[in-house]
Amino acid sequence: MKLTLKVWRQKNSKAKGELESYQVEASEHMSFLEMMDVLNEQLIVEKKSPIAFDHDCREGICGSCSMTINGSPHGPQSGTTTCQLHMRKFKDGDTIVVEPWRSSVFPVIKDLTVDRGAFDRIIQSGGYISVNTGQAPDGNAIPIEKDLASNAFDAAACIGCGACVAACPNGSAMLFTAAKVSHLNQLPQGKVEQTRRTASMVAQMDKEGFGMCSNVGACEAECPKEISIEHIARMNREYVASIFGGRKS
Amino acid sequence: MSWITSFFSSSIGRKVIMSLTGLFLITFLIVHLIGNLQLIAGDGGEAFNQYAYFMTTNPLIKFVSIGLYAMIVLHAYQGLVIYFKNKSAKGGKPTAKNKADVKWASKNMALLGTLILFFLIVHMGDFWFKMKFTDTIPLVTYDGWEPIKNLYQQVTITFDNPLFVVSYVFSMVVLGFHLWHGFGSGFQTLGLNHSKYNGLIDGIGKFLAIVLPIGYAIIPLYYYFVMR
Repeated sequence: MKLTLKVWRQKNSKAKGELESYQVEASEHMSFLEMMDVLNEQLIVEKKSPIAFDHDCREGICGSCSMTINGSPHGPQSGTTTCQLHMRKFKDGDTIVVEPWRSSVFPVIKDLTVDRGAFDRIIQSGGYISVNTGQAPDGNAIPIEKDLASNAFDAAACIGCGACVAACPNGSAMLFTAAKVSHLNQLPQGKVEQTRRTASMVAQMDKEGFGMCSNVGACEAECPKEISIEHIARMNREYVASIFGGRKS
Repeated sequence: MSWITSFFSSSIGRKVIMSLTGLFLITFLIVHLIGNLQLIAGDGGEAFNQYAYFMTTNPLIKFVSIGLYAMIVLHAYQGLVIYFKNKSAKGGKPTAKNKADVKWASKNMALLGTLILFFLIVHMGDFWFKMKFTDTIPLVTYDGWEPIKNLYQQVTITFDNPLFVVSYVFSMVVLGFHLWHGFGSGFQTLGLNHSKYNGLIDGIGKFLAIVLPIGYAIIPLYYYFVMR
């Protein structure tokens, strides 16, 4: 299949980027990233600078790939990361616009690569549980109700890719933060630090300069792991509880 | 910063203010509509004028109305702060259009809210200001009553003007869109999201978003097309 790609090219975070057009011959069995590899090989042969983009596992679990394809983070197929999106979802002769995540908190490093360090700092502020190291504990030592485990797992499916921020018209990171808060707060291992976690992760999220959720729902529509904004509601009520019921600080 | 100021300047704190003030304003809209429907009672304005007198003189209502003005100001102020903060957080938009199934009203609450604010200024200038701070409204006397202001007559004069009728009806359409998103969104922000009740909340929100604006729009339309 013959495709026209319009790809965002930007030398560095300070440069002003623009869309550039390329022709590429791809097979419908390729993943989107493999098609990008083909294009890059072509550019290298032509002695042009290849397009920089993030990728790692290529099996939809690492959260590295981050392309806004035709205006949609991770492209047109719902519940799918860019690496798991296949070219059979496009038609021969299609023009595809590929852009980086758009958020002022995720500055472009080069081309389609953005700095998602803000997410790491939110995790550092409370996205963990404190346990003593030692031997692996028995998986069934702490009984956890199935519904609770499932709900926590739904939230834990978040791969931290940042598609929610890219999709949100407000540039809000509330779905990401809520997924982490909801995942850890619901389980007994995470309950211990619940109050402090919620307060400090929200504080860090605000400090990074993300926008505020207006319950538009674009994030859950675009999330490759289909995480529900129900988790944002949980974070909101736990945040209110953490402020009004937590320690005086 | 004390914990209370840090809460109110946090992202979720700001949204909670939006939600609580917004839901309070919706209860006002319900009460205001029920009161105002007396305008089309067909009694020459007797019930409405007596009601208006009660609403402007009763100390409890006066106290609540100060709260109402504060809520309007807070809701508008917070809305503007959120709008500008969100705009700067978003940075640039993708060149290609996002096709996610997102309601137009949900993305344009700030625009809709600003239009409603303009409407409120005009609306309060028409009636509230004239009623409370001027003597332009003539007096009327009913059996067993001291002379009271004939606000009913002021309403008939205002809705003689087609420009006012059109702008009032348009503003009610805007209000409908604002409520369409606002009611349910208020509950979500407060953390009241539960698969058992979401349908009910959504249903009530949509019901109010349709019934309230229609109820209000009936008044100018009735005056212009039926009473004149």
